[in-house]
Amino acid sequence: MGPALKLVAQRVALGLLLLFLVSALIFAGTQILPGDVAQSILGQSATPEALANLRRDLGLNEPAITRYFDWLVGALQGDLGTALTNGQDIAKSIGGRMKNTLFLAFWAAVIAVPLAIFLGLLAVRFRDRWPDKLISAVTLASISIPEFLIGYVIMYVVGVKLRWFPSVAMINDSMSLGEKLSSIAMPVMVLTLVVLAHMMRMTRAAILNVMQSAYIETAELKGLNRFQVICRHAFPNSIAPIVNVVMLNLAYLVVGVVVIEVVFTYPGMGQYLVDHVSKRDVPVVQACGLIFAAVYIGLNMVADIVSILSNPRLRHPK
Amino acid sequence: MNDAMLDVRDLRIGATAYPPGEPPREIEIVHGVSFTLEKGKVLGLIGESGAGKSTIGLAALGYGRGGVEITGGEVWVNGRDILKGGLRGLRQLRGAEVSYVAQSAAAAFNPAKRLMEQVTEAAIHHNRFSRSDAEARAVALFAKLGLPDPETFGNRYPHQVSGGQLQRAMTALALCPQPDLVVFDEPTTALDVTTQIDVLAAIKEAIRDTGVAALYITHDLAVVAQVSDDIMVLRDGDMVEYGSTDQIINSPQEDYTRALVSVRSIEHAEKPPTPDPVLRVWGITARYKGTPFDVLHDVSVDLHPGQTLAVVGESGSGKSTLARVITGLLPPRAGGIEFAGRTLSPALERRTREDLREVQMIYQMADVAMNPRQTVGTIIGRPLEFYFGMRGAEKRKRVKELLDEIEMGDGFIDRYPAELSGGQKQRVCIARALAAKPRMIICDEVTSALDPLVADGILKLLLDLQKIENVAYLFITHDLATVRAIADSIAVMHRGKVVRYGPKSQVLNPPFDDYTDLLLSSVPEMKLGWLEQVIAHRRMESAGN
Amino acid sequence: MNRIPFAAAVGLVFTALYFLAALFAPLLAPYGMAEVVGGVWEQSSSEHWLGTDNIGRDLLTRLIYGGRTTIFIATAATVLSFSTGAILGFLAAVLGGWADQLMSRTVDLLMSIPTLIFALVVLSVMPVTVPMLILVMGLLDSTRVYRLARAVAVDINVMDYVEAAKLRGERRGWIIFREILPNALSPLVAEMGLRFIFMVLFVSTLSFLGLGVQPPAADWGGIVKENKDGIVYGIPAALLPAVAIATLSISVNLVADWVLNRTTSLKGGRG
Repeated sequence: MGPALKLVAQRVALGLLLLFLVSALIFAGTQILPGDVAQSILGQSATPEALANLRRDLGLNEPAITRYFDWLVGALQGDLGTALTNGQDIAKSIGGRMKNTLFLAFWAAVIAVPLAIFLGLLAVRFRDRWPDKLISAVTLASISIPEFLIGYVIMYVVGVKLRWFPSVAMINDSMSLGEKLSSIAMPVMVLTLVVLAHMMRMTRAAILNVMQSAYIETAELKGLNRFQVICRHAFPNSIAPIVNVVMLNLAYLVVGVVVIEVVFTYPGMGQYLVDHVSKRDVPVVQACGLIFAAVYIGLNMVADIVSILSNPRLRHPK
Repeated sequence: MNDAMLDVRDLRIGATAYPPGEPPREIEIVHGVSFTLEKGKVLGLIGESGAGKSTIGLAALGYGRGGVEITGGEVWVNGRDILKGGLRGLRQLRGAEVSYVAQSAAAAFNPAKRLMEQVTEAAIHHNRFSRSDAEARAVALFAKLGLPDPETFGNRYPHQVSGGQLQRAMTALALCPQPDLVVFDEPTTALDVTTQIDVLAAIKEAIRDTGVAALYITHDLAVVAQVSDDIMVLRDGDMVEYGSTDQIINSPQEDYTRALVSVRSIEHAEKPPTPDPVLRVWGITARYKGTPFDVLHDVSVDLHPGQTLAVVGESGSGKSTLARVITGLLPPRAGGIEFAGRTLSPALERRTREDLREVQMIYQMADVAMNPRQTVGTIIGRPLEFYFGMRGAEKRKRVKELLDEIEMGDGFIDRYPAELSGGQKQRVCIARALAAKPRMIICDEVTSALDPLVADGILKLLLDLQKIENVAYLFITHDLATVRAIADSIAVMHRGKVVRYGPKSQVLNPPFDDYTDLLLSSVPEMKLGWLEQVIAHRRMESAGN
Repeated sequence: MNRIPFAAAVGLVFTALYFLAALFAPLLAPYGMAEVVGGVWEQSSSEHWLGTDNIGRDLLTRLIYGGRTTIFIATAATVLSFSTGAILGFLAAVLGGWADQLMSRTVDLLMSIPTLIFALVVLSVMPVTVPMLILVMGLLDSTRVYRLARAVAVDINVMDYVEAAKLRGERRGWIIFREILPNALSPLVAEMGLRFIFMVLFVSTLSFLGLGVQPPAADWGGIVKENKDGIVYGIPAALLPAVAIATLSISVNLVADWVLNRTTSLKGGRG
């Protein structure tokens, strides 16, 4: 086994270990901390008998470790338990919502990733000139405002004043793709804006870093023109950092989705999570938290694996 | 002038300076330099750091590194002024008529591409050779430059070959398109001395066989004397002296050139060993945590009071590790250290304050050996306070005395390290070590980062201080000229072992062991034809075997 | 060096104004915080410069008091995150070995969950009070400060001048406070600005989601939540906090940039 393959295997194993620990952490965060689930559900005025009954029903009298493994084994088999508030099967509720969330995130990524890389390259090409400065000004502005406010600004301008798209992103299976796309146009726009700034800035930094290497000077002193220098010498060394940037920002997108779904009352995972946090519906929060964390860990893992695979020292050992 | 393939006239080069806390401003770093170079000739550009030699070399390709711009003058290559042709004209010139060999080949090769592709790229790009011809040429060059398996060498990636090999591959890269001029920018500076001589010989032979003209840039006059026909001495962007190699080396006209030629000719009479060494290191075997092999094997040396023991070796010989063991930073696996008749604890934490005071250390990079947020007064004063409890006026007075001893004067007491020159920084580090009134100072490559003249000043200061303070030096260096200048006894290290040890007169004179012979004969001498002699001698020897 | 660049000066002035407004909110605000003084969503007028909110409270008053809450929580959380993160980070760098491993791996684990998601999970069982918010935000964010502080300190810890101090026999306290800290301060101060901005955004987001500051107390995120329904009718009241948050965080950003640039120019400077 080559060293690259070995490192990839190690990284995957680390990812799985991390996921396991994260599941324990999420479970601990909701169970062992001093908040009491039964009390939360029933409120301060609940009678002691009612509390005791609910505790028994929820299995709260079992030791935490037993409950954790029951929960984990269930989760691995696709059984995420039932919601406290309405007694529905969580896996079933999540299924449809996850599809919607992925739909939204997918389109945001499809637009944001190429655009960010292109603009990042543009900023490098016109470094310290007006396109670069404009891009950094926009970046500064957009990281200075929380995502949900960008959402409302766009909703106000595009949805209410210009009336281009509906303000509320309703979506259901009976809609055609065109209708769906029109419906999610504004949330996609917001998500794009939110990740674009970070991604642009990080792409710019990654490429500048490569462009300052001594081998770029060697290439220039061979008489290659700028385009050839970038394509033949900068690009092969930029793939890893750029993929890294993209993955980190997709991970960031996952979090952005939560808030944006609430803004546009979009029926996705994020809204589902936030709703049930307010209702203190612990099993739902655990399930959603685990899924979001898994996606986040997975994307970070992919970023690391790509940079391992694109390292010539590891691909071609001595 | 018609024969001149390179004709530089009144070249002026500017750059943007960023003084701290002030707005950036334009400064001139090369002030009107002129020279010509004929076909097949080699011109050496020599000077200390900041002389502008690399900048001038790159100007032959019409290139300015990071904010550097050619502001005036003309650069004629093959009868046309390249500065008038615009960027398009320059791109036709670069890598075709003129090519460049960088100091650090390790950084100058693209890590993601095979060597062959990079070596032949310029030749193919400029349509000077077809791909197959260029590759055949590259293989021939690899062979000429003495690279192993020339047929398949090009299939490797840069990280798969050694530093010396990469530097030769860089030379092949520059020669492959059959240019008229190659600019060599300190091509052997980063190499060990025994590797340097082979690369130097390979480069010289390649220049001779291909009939290419070359600009050879270096700070080492002895090196440039071996390869060039003419030499230009530069200082702070001005030409100091320009003449044939013979004239510059054997009858320099300017004071500055004379100083460069006579650099490292400090004489130091060897003192005989005493019966009671101040430091006795015996049977040291050591390895770094988490590594499977020993970097020091059974090392034993003595250092006598008021004398200098030079520990000499190439990179990886274990000489700096020995210093770490003596200071207690790396406890050895076996062996022990006796200091002034007592046994020193192997670990730093267990040593008494007196132990620590009596062994001081001076580092290679004075820049990072001083806290940038402390003034010179604080830096030198801290050991006084820490070991002797001095405070206030008493401490300040002693700091001033120490500043006098290192020939700097008390005006520096409130300055920060960033405001000092390289040589001044190293002097302050010496004063900090002296403040502790040590019996012994470990000097780890203390002159390697300095320009030769400044380094000479530091060595002289160290010798003077040794006479006054009777302090012993453990002097770690890779540079044999420094060893000659300062040592009483010498330990030659190679791959973690002491291969030769004794008084200077004995170590530096035959009969030699193989490694010491190789090491000593590899040090460039300020003498024309030295390289040929050594190479001829080595060929004879290997033929004899 | 003594002249402050224009952008940084603007940043400093605005940052100072915001903090002063937060301190003296009761004196500055024209009405009581929860006082209903007009109709629903009135236009701006001479009595109500920014109009009124969804139940007829004066918006300018709400914004000033909201700023007070938001800035207070963000500041407290920043202080908590900084003191925890920086101290543990320095300790990890200086101690090394298993203590470093333990802390660093724990931080890796905590950082593998997105901060917002983790906060939501914790807040689903915890009582949502201001001290709890500060605690959760501060501790979650201290992981980032820890990483930075550790990285900076590790870089400094391998410098020859620190080794020289160790060889001199200096105690750990001297090494941390005299050798490492003065050189680590500037990047940490710049980072503090960025962490503060992040805290403002974070607490606003939580309040907007209904999991932060609880009504009737005002904070910038809460004002958006209260007035968001107006957007559909073309009433921009919910967008006002955007202006406040953006100006505050841009100002702090400008100051942080300046501090950072000053540091780098100091490092590269030669006299």
